[in-house]
Amino acid sequence: MANLTREETLDLIQEVLEVYPEKAKKDRAKHLAVNDQSIEQSKKCITSNRKSLPGVMTVRGCAYAGSKGVVWGPIKDMIHISHGPVGCGQYSRAGRRNYYVGMTGVNTFGTMNFTSDFQEKDIVFGGDKKLAKLIDEIEGLFPLNKGISVQSECPIGLIGDDIEAVSKKKAKELDKPIVPVRCEGFRGVSQSLGHHIACDSIRDWVIGNRDGDDSFQTTPYDVAVIGDYNIGGDAWASRILLEEMGLRVVAQWAGDGTLAEIELTPKVKLNLIHCYRSMNYISRHMEEKYGIPWMEYNFFGPTKIAESLRKIAACFDETIQAGAERVIAKYEAQYAAVIAKYRPRLEGKRVMLYVGGLRPRHVIGAYEDLGMEVVGTGYEFAHNDDYDRTIKDMSDSTLLYDDVTGYEFEEFVKRIKPDLIGSGIKEKYIFQKMGIPFRQMHSWDYSGPYHGYDGFAIFARDMDMTINNPCWAKLHAPWLADQAAQSEQQEPKRASA
Amino acid sequence: MALRQCAIYGKGGIGKSTTTQNLVAGLAEAGKKVMIVGCDPKADSTRLILHAKAQNSIMEMAANAGSVEDLELEDVLKVGYRDIKCVESGGPEPGVGCAGRGVITAINFLEEEGAYEADLDFVFYDVLGDVVCGGFAMPIRENKAQEIYIVCSGEMMAMYAANNIAKGIVKYANSGSVRLAGLICNSRNTAREDELIMELARQLGTQMIHFVPRDNVVQRAEIRRMTVIEYDPKAKQAQEYRDLAHKIINNKNFVIPTPITMDALEALLMDFGLMDEEDESIIGKSAVAEATA
Repeated sequence: MANLTREETLDLIQEVLEVYPEKAKKDRAKHLAVNDQSIEQSKKCITSNRKSLPGVMTVRGCAYAGSKGVVWGPIKDMIHISHGPVGCGQYSRAGRRNYYVGMTGVNTFGTMNFTSDFQEKDIVFGGDKKLAKLIDEIEGLFPLNKGISVQSECPIGLIGDDIEAVSKKKAKELDKPIVPVRCEGFRGVSQSLGHHIACDSIRDWVIGNRDGDDSFQTTPYDVAVIGDYNIGGDAWASRILLEEMGLRVVAQWAGDGTLAEIELTPKVKLNLIHCYRSMNYISRHMEEKYGIPWMEYNFFGPTKIAESLRKIAACFDETIQAGAERVIAKYEAQYAAVIAKYRPRLEGKRVMLYVGGLRPRHVIGAYEDLGMEVVGTGYEFAHNDDYDRTIKDMSDSTLLYDDVTGYEFEEFVKRIKPDLIGSGIKEKYIFQKMGIPFRQMHSWDYSGPYHGYDGFAIFARDMDMTINNPCWAKLHAPWLADQAAQSEQQEPKRASA
Repeated sequence: MALRQCAIYGKGGIGKSTTTQNLVAGLAEAGKKVMIVGCDPKADSTRLILHAKAQNSIMEMAANAGSVEDLELEDVLKVGYRDIKCVESGGPEPGVGCAGRGVITAINFLEEEGAYEADLDFVFYDVLGDVVCGGFAMPIRENKAQEIYIVCSGEMMAMYAANNIAKGIVKYANSGSVRLAGLICNSRNTAREDELIMELARQLGTQMIHFVPRDNVVQRAEIRRMTVIEYDPKAKQAQEYRDLAHKIINNKNFVIPTPITMDALEALLMDFGLMDEEDESIIGKSAVAEATA
């Protein structure tokens, strides 16, 4: 169906808001907007990073999720203790698909769950002794760990356990970094505060560990990849491009990352930020303290990749600039073939997105490379600097929705009728049951990588096999077959394979 | 007789534990079957009944056994003077953990184990001085204590605390059946103390159920880890506690309190000469500023 006009989109927002009570309507209205590329600052059109309304369905996470799940969790050679009752650690275990290389349980620990498993007595008498014992046990059982982080669950903040004192004492005893992180879930309005708290703890407990130590041999081409969590191997597919153009990737934050890489990051010449939302804090800190510049880049789809490679290269000399052109040329045949194969099958398809940190804007280019259009996008936990960056990437009159509620999202989808929705596991089955092709854009639906030229080929294949899957034509109940046949005559069938 | 559950609140150090144990001894002497539940991490609510230093508490034993589910009622319930049953909730050292959660856990345990089903006439909860969090309000929630006695004296801070406790009771009284049952004046020998507390009680909408005079025999008994009634049943003070016990047995005066404003409280204190008229002109002035003025 044709795209809505600006007025139609505004009407749609009003119509969807209609069911809310007055107070809720007023609040939610600020989080829904029609994109207008002429606006310079998003605060003129949309409000973000506010408390979700009680009673609506929000899919946001908590500060613990932001720290343990996103920032700290992927650092593979450290052990991350979920300090508190067992559930937070166990239900978030190994769910994020941040791949890594190593022997799990020997020198890497990414998919394991370490928890202090709080019992009633630990609440009443405090958990500091248990934490000290747990750290000793970890050291005995997993001696190759390079350090430990203590990820606070809610009760730690409620009972006021002094995890800093335990961490300091044990760090001295074991001669390893032990990092207390005050990421209690009740803090803040979403996982976003957890990212900030986690970055601050890296700043306070890790980043200066090699200050004054010049033994690391640097080169003029040293960079760090910040905010790539290596979902399905994304960071690997990105890293090879940087290396092929002549840069040396000293550190990967945090997917497949190590403590040593984090500690060495202040030695690099440039920090490259993929997920701005979760790691801009630490990048700004390194800029202030060490004078390391940082820049954002986007490795989704050949257009954005080439743009980003050239932008990165412009920070270096001709060798690297020539390297960037060489890389783009090298992969041209590969991505042109991908586009030649899939674009005819996907041309004109309309997509609605609702994801987390960077993808609601970063993947737009990749869809456009395949001839698709993103007609609605939104973030779970963005701040307004994210929407500032989104406005220019979206067409005029498209829909922006912040911390969208289950109800709003469903209603928008019913009216806009996209050909594909990209969101998370909580949305997936609802929309599939509504008969709409769906891709998980947090976990890549157990596929990936989607970054880089290699990732683009997989991305294109996945979108095609989802949208053009013959199952969507079979969703009508047999006893409604007549009706279905009629409606199919009125509405052209979805592209068939 | 139906089980009556009473909670004793009051400012820290006012003598709640001493008063509770002495009056419970009076109830036991009158043939009542009583249980004391100590709700203070210090666990010193039952020592005069048990002649013990500090009773092993529910939370302490639960921590040693693994969890509270591993305990049996007879592990934690001790029987002392005249078959008074004693339990202590217990809790952490100062500065760690969550004492309030300890009270909640302990009381839930007692309920689940049927501690209240025995043939009891009275349960007394002896609660930590300040109701600092939900845990210490546990004894006055629905289906727990329905009568609250506030121990106070004629000192300003004790009365201030009593008024604050009354405010807390209002909250639970409006949503449940808990009622203020009276003020117990534990005398500090201040001037016109009885009149003052009677007036405070009147303004709170309740009664001063008894005036317990100051007597050194209480301390002498306490050194021996005994109540006055057990140590020296003939002492005049023993009779005071018996009187208090009988007044509680016959008490029918249960009210939703009407806490008073700070201004009203200050006016009351001024009337009784406990406080001077406030001189607004000296507020916020340092000694130097006063000297030069």
